[in-house]
Amino acid sequence: MKEIILNQLNASLPNIQVETSEFKDELTIQVQKKDIVEVCKVLKNDSELKFIHCIDVTAIDWARRKDRFTVVYHLFSLKNKFQLVVKADVDESDCNIDTVSSVWRSANWHEREVYDMYGITFNFHPDLRRMYMPEEFEYHPLRKDFPVLGIPGSLPLPKK
Amino acid sequence: MGLEAKLTQDGFLTTKIDALLAWSRKSSVWPMPMGISCCAIEMMAVGGPKYDIARFGSEVMRFTPRQCDLMIVAGTVTYKMSHVVKKIYDQMPDPKWVIAMGACTSSGGMYRSYPVVQGIDQFLPVDIYLAGCPPRPDNLLNALIQIQEKIGRTKGRDFQNKPLSELNVIQNN
Amino acid sequence: MEIADRDEVHPKIIEALLKTDAGLSSDDALENEMILNMGPQHPATHGVLRLVLRLDGETVIACVPELGYLHRGYEKMAENMSYYEFIPHTDRLDYLAPLCNNVAWVLAVEKLAGIQAPPRAQYIRMLISELSRIASHLIAVGSMAMDVGALTVFLWTIREREKILDIWDIICGARFTNSYTRIGGVANDMQPEAKAKVQWFINQFDENLEECEKLLNANRIFIDRLEGVGVISGEDALDLGLTGPSLRGSGVDYDIRRYQPYLFYNEMDFKIPTYTEGDCLARYFVRIDEMRESAKIVKQILDKIPQGDVQANQPKKVLPKKHEVYSKMEELIHDFMIVNFGINPPDGEVYHAVENPKGELGFYFVSKGEGHPWKCKIRSPSFNNLQSVPHLVKGYMVSDVVAIIGSIDPVMGEADK
Repeated sequence: MKEIILNQLNASLPNIQVETSEFKDELTIQVQKKDIVEVCKVLKNDSELKFIHCIDVTAIDWARRKDRFTVVYHLFSLKNKFQLVVKADVDESDCNIDTVSSVWRSANWHEREVYDMYGITFNFHPDLRRMYMPEEFEYHPLRKDFPVLGIPGSLPLPKK
Repeated sequence: MGLEAKLTQDGFLTTKIDALLAWSRKSSVWPMPMGISCCAIEMMAVGGPKYDIARFGSEVMRFTPRQCDLMIVAGTVTYKMSHVVKKIYDQMPDPKWVIAMGACTSSGGMYRSYPVVQGIDQFLPVDIYLAGCPPRPDNLLNALIQIQEKIGRTKGRDFQNKPLSELNVIQNN
Repeated sequence: MEIADRDEVHPKIIEALLKTDAGLSSDDALENEMILNMGPQHPATHGVLRLVLRLDGETVIACVPELGYLHRGYEKMAENMSYYEFIPHTDRLDYLAPLCNNVAWVLAVEKLAGIQAPPRAQYIRMLISELSRIASHLIAVGSMAMDVGALTVFLWTIREREKILDIWDIICGARFTNSYTRIGGVANDMQPEAKAKVQWFINQFDENLEECEKLLNANRIFIDRLEGVGVISGEDALDLGLTGPSLRGSGVDYDIRRYQPYLFYNEMDFKIPTYTEGDCLARYFVRIDEMRESAKIVKQILDKIPQGDVQANQPKKVLPKKHEVYSKMEELIHDFMIVNFGINPPDGEVYHAVENPKGELGFYFVSKGEGHPWKCKIRSPSFNNLQSVPHLVKGYMVSDVVAIIGSIDPVMGEADK
């Protein structure tokens, strides 16, 4: 399956760089930030791959200086019964990535959640609001520099 | 029943208005099921056939706050939700009582995290704190009985147009 | 931040509501349209879901769900506690079927750490998953019927559910939030009394389910309120991320028990019920059929369940038995190490999903070799299923919104995480 995916990707998009890795039978491909929409379109629409089920979009905060965040896409192909992980690094100084909600509509809310929790902006997203926290909240809770107990006074309580 | 026996003998009984009011209030507590999370399912079980809250005169769960006098806050209250809870509490007519059902409502419980209010007594006057995560239905019935005892001790003049938080009698009972 | 502003609908929600293309609106839109707020405290939104609806008369032309009223910071907490400590928290994700979440969590950790639970433990896990599925669907069917006006069914399904909760009481000592599974097995063996009680329950269940069904299937009001309401095609459903019974009501037979079998599901004989209509009634029928299939699986498990240990023999990873901790040095050290420093799985990232009553529940771990995960992502089915609500309610009446939410069966505990 790994060869098929790489072949199809190379055939459709000859100019992209793809790195692969495997852990516990899960295939991961790492792509450049700028190519993410193109890669996802091929993965979804190619007749041999058909990754039509976007399970999840999330991000990882590595708490490092370069490429602080990694955006992770979990895809599933019902045709091949195969699960694939796609990754793209995002730097903190340029904290944005193109949206894939035009490819899978289900990515819409996942990206809003990532925006809420990590503060990564998704370009061209149709409705980029906070998912869980109130709109006035200033922080991004899942970043590693945010304490579990929160910042006192950042969320108001009603008067007694 | 003692009451019917009394009626066949004399045809009347003497009591204080306070006692009559408290007795009628406590025997028909109408709960407002503020079901937020897991505890709401146990609250549904209390309304179900096995535990049957109707035995205690409280089966009339009203989802509109205007008709209720007991708010059961069942589930984790987050900062975002706290404004809603408070607003609904304010809409309930006096006199009113509050049960904080479960550990996370009473104290934050297992959620020592940024969005969770560490105990709803930070913005609501609470009458009964109920232990358990979630409490078993028997425990909720026990809380209801305790609330009834508490209501039974109140007097009519305790509620003279004052907000509940200012009434010492109820808070100290 | 003004507190007074919080009573109003937030301007950004209004903006999102007006942005959606309203193809159905009439010419004099401003005269007819209104904005209706539904929730977060509403008897029919199953918890603290809030929907802001844009109406033309009584027809919904746009809908914006607002989540986060039960956001409890699970993912942040998981990053700060060991894999064992988080098991009780998984109970409270989908609180209608706590044991399914327990099983999902330990399977994901076992995949990461490379532990294989013994066969008896795996059979017990399957048994509790399927019974949980029945318990969850009973509430789903009951509350959906209650939402459209049939209260009796709810009381009857609660009665059946209480029997399952009694079984949990015998198996693990808790009736609702169980925390029964452990990494590498289950907390304690299933006693013969529990097995007898499961046998008794399964034998009488079909008859009682039929009784509940009789109240609904021939009920004109129930059928009329659900048939042809909230229709979604299979393609749209997959594109919007629907999983579980809601997806199978649209004719896609995606079930993880078949597509990526875990435990011993590939040895079981069961069907995946699918309906092609894609409306609320189809989703109701899928749930009823799934309960039957689950009962069938439980019967097979009772026949096949082997004897043996219920905890894997991997002292560095699996908690030892309590009586051994009190009497042996080695076990005491291992217990101390696991409780204080965690099980330290290798570096790497795994995603493992199971078929929950609501759909695909998956856990994604990033491990850096420490006792606690560097990142834990919960892929919750209700969150994804709710995403389809704006699509489903478009063009239907306000009263249909209630039926549609009931048929999606969201649990806000896991949708908000």
